[in-house]
Amino acid sequence: MRIKLEPRVASSQLMRYGGPVMALAATVIVGGILFAALGKNPVTGIYAFFIAPLTTLFGLGDLLAKATPLVICAIGLSIGFRGNVWNIGAEGQLIVGAVCGGSMALAFYPDDSWYVLPLMVLAGMAGGMAWASIPAFLRNRFNVNEILTSLMLTYVAIELWKYMITGPLLDPGGSSFPQSREFPPGLLFGSIFESARTSVLFAVVVIVIGWLFMTRALQGFKVDVVGQAIQAAQYAGFSQRRVVWLSFLVAGGAAGLAGLIEITGPIKQLPLKFTPGYGFVAIIVAFVGRLHPVGMTIAALLMALMFLGGDELQFSLNLPPAIAGMFQGLLLFFVLASEVLIRFRIKVIRPVRSTAGAVPEGGAGE
Amino acid sequence: MNEDQIVQLLILTLKGASPLIFAALGELIVEKSGVLNLGVEGIMLMGAVAGFIGAYEYGFVVGILFAVAAGVLMSLLFGILTLSLVSNQVATGLALTIFGIGLSAFIGIPFEGKKLAGEIGMINIPLLADIPLLGPLLFKHDPLLYLSIVLFGLVTWFLYRTRGGLILRAVGESHDAAHALGYSVIKIRYIAVAFGGAMAGLGGAYLSLVLTPGWEQDMTAQRGWIALALVVFATWRPARVLVGAWLFGGLTILNLWAQSQGIGLPQQLLTALPFLATIVVLVLISRDATMIRLNAPASLGKPFHPTS
Repeated sequence: MRIKLEPRVASSQLMRYGGPVMALAATVIVGGILFAALGKNPVTGIYAFFIAPLTTLFGLGDLLAKATPLVICAIGLSIGFRGNVWNIGAEGQLIVGAVCGGSMALAFYPDDSWYVLPLMVLAGMAGGMAWASIPAFLRNRFNVNEILTSLMLTYVAIELWKYMITGPLLDPGGSSFPQSREFPPGLLFGSIFESARTSVLFAVVVIVIGWLFMTRALQGFKVDVVGQAIQAAQYAGFSQRRVVWLSFLVAGGAAGLAGLIEITGPIKQLPLKFTPGYGFVAIIVAFVGRLHPVGMTIAALLMALMFLGGDELQFSLNLPPAIAGMFQGLLLFFVLASEVLIRFRIKVIRPVRSTAGAVPEGGAGE
Repeated sequence: MNEDQIVQLLILTLKGASPLIFAALGELIVEKSGVLNLGVEGIMLMGAVAGFIGAYEYGFVVGILFAVAAGVLMSLLFGILTLSLVSNQVATGLALTIFGIGLSAFIGIPFEGKKLAGEIGMINIPLLADIPLLGPLLFKHDPLLYLSIVLFGLVTWFLYRTRGGLILRAVGESHDAAHALGYSVIKIRYIAVAFGGAMAGLGGAYLSLVLTPGWEQDMTAQRGWIALALVVFATWRPARVLVGAWLFGGLTILNLWAQSQGIGLPQQLLTALPFLATIVVLVLISRDATMIRLNAPASLGKPFHPTS
């Protein structure tokens, strides 16, 4: 069988919205096959991963708590991705944001007056922006590929984090276990129900601002033009350098905010490890959500569910939580694969019996 | 430090450089064909876990074959998406890495903490291996390390001395021109991507079979990303990949040595040093925009579809 891709005259609206749904279905099916290949009951596995976390109020609260940093990071990143600026270091920006916000809380310790929490939010965002400005500066000034620098800085940020909580920010009262002292209760966002916190409002605000920026603002339009047609942008006088700066500062600020939100929730201190890779998964959220604020909100909830599902699998089937990453990557593959259907029509030349279409198989290593 | 210790450090440097040589040479060929595969880290992890499983169950040779097969399968997944389905190469590569981290953790569960039956045999080149100092340094290594050097020679010869290499470079420079001349851009890129996958798989196997025998989650420790940086550092030239890998291997070993000696710097700074060094090197290389433009394949990262 030969399959040919034929460009469509206009992009398909059906596939634009139907594609991600088909991708999710394909992820569930391939996930089931992988469970079966490892000798686990696929139905039990899929149920534990996708359904069980949603059956309790605690699970739903956790879903919102985990989706909040994801959607905030993803919307920040998506502006860069629309402008062809590849910041993949949101994880590092998130960590530095948490370091700065946490340091602010500890500097005022034990003061928990009304003004400290806003200062922490500002410090968190400023920290993320400062960390993100390094790759932006290197890209604009020295022409350095921002993919590699932003990623390398993430691993530097992880070491910075370890240094801070074993050194300057180490809990003076506690044992030498590497963590900071706990923040006073006045510096935490209150609970709505279970582990869902009032900080979820930040996510709502970011989604609305993101939507306004992308669809209503002139600067948002300039970003799109720079990303899709650099020559047209140059002709129109839109500055690419400015888009690089804007992308990194917005993404860094958003990631810093996400980091701050994490430590002012149930964690309430700077612990040894506090992020399950939100900054990396936010990249998947951005693409699965097709760089649209509403799509990214749905994608963030889905990825949060996969984190919870990973924990659930560890609990019920004794599998490592890293499996969440496998499903997240798989879903992104299928979404990327489905995008071809928006721009192209699949035409089967000389059809034969096999009906295998554009869906790639999961590449297992055995 | 006496002579023996220096020789030991240099041998460790060569070993530490090997996984980088495999992965970076593979990615060099991929990028020369005009494709940017950011999934090297994920492919290396799959190579590491598949290599270990193969070696644990059936011996070293099967392990190496498993690693190559896993690398090729992973890279073909990338190829189907980016080449046949024209998806975004950056996003797909990142997805491949995240997927590879998860999948390797998944299939590696039963093998964590297991030990191989023996060590991989050394090849002592007769007579030469007995030369003091130089002998152990140059002529007394594991077969995979020799293979990395042989593959370096083959890649260099192929790229610059064969018709196939010329076609590959042409596809990477201008896919439209190559297409117009009648070359199958997609097919050539598939072959390049598969070769890159096999090499990254070998790099992973070197880790789980030779350097630190065993399997543990995330055991590549960002070497896949370092390999990607090495290709830029080398301005897409194989010989510079080799030098860069040795420098980097040396830096890692010196770093470990410095930590064991307890010099007055915080341990976290030393751990962060390779990443900072990579950034500094990238700045030094990239600041000359003209040189990058002259050396980077002109079609790098650009999607190609014959009818569009």
